[in-house]
Amino acid sequence: MKLTRRQALSFSTGAIAFTIAGMRIGPAFANAEDTSAAVQAFSGGAEPQSGMMTLKAPEIAENGNTVPVSVTVESPMTADDYVESVAIYAEGNPNPEVVVFNFTPMSGEASATTRMRLAKTQNVVAVAKTSTGKVYIDKREVKVTIGGCGG
Amino acid sequence: MATAKPRVKVPKSASAGEVITIKTLISHNMESGQRKDKEGNAIPRNIINKFECFFNGTPVFSCDIDPAISANPYFEFTAKVMEAGTFRFVWTDDDGKVYDTEKKIALD
Repeated sequence: MKLTRRQALSFSTGAIAFTIAGMRIGPAFANAEDTSAAVQAFSGGAEPQSGMMTLKAPEIAENGNTVPVSVTVESPMTADDYVESVAIYAEGNPNPEVVVFNFTPMSGEASATTRMRLAKTQNVVAVAKTSTGKVYIDKREVKVTIGGCGG
Repeated sequence: MATAKPRVKVPKSASAGEVITIKTLISHNMESGQRKDKEGNAIPRNIINKFECFFNGTPVFSCDIDPAISANPYFEFTAKVMEAGTFRFVWTDDDGKVYDTEKKIALD
């Protein structure tokens, strides 16, 4: 089949329109604002401090389907003063929420490790809440080579 | 997924007051709800949404899980052991199924 100039033009316009439409249909990704709103809701508006919590994640994750991530909070973990929960958020995923760890004084230490999915290169945020009302935050950027959300 | 198989690693014994590390893994697809099949229909979400650990009936650790957790969810956490007893691990599926397993620990 030989394309005339007119056909070729209308075809390429169609292709461009299709591409734009395709991008719009794709999953809506969370952004930094959604994440900070989620952090606010989790912390109850308290001002987060940095330094007491360490978020460990690889600098470069080759496979976004399983990215190891671990959090450790410095805390005596006694009945009066312990870390109640730690939430992990991913700013560039379709939904920012990843997981919430709930600790008790029986945990001994406030540390946990898991594996998560990352759709693309983005910031990962961890927020900790203690029984005394303190809020800690830590953030890491993870570069992702292959995204882990299918679609 | 009907054949979710939990696997848990707990030390056989510990001294009183020792903080031990527990590793857990359960085989599960963790279908995120974001993927599409060949016809372009969204595959419905089906994940483990809660994991809990109890020691002699007292809660030790739990987590609320979102679809951003990888397939075959893996959790590593700690527990302070004051007495001999049994750890109970419970996973709750979106479809209402509950998977659980137990591990005993002795004092040195």
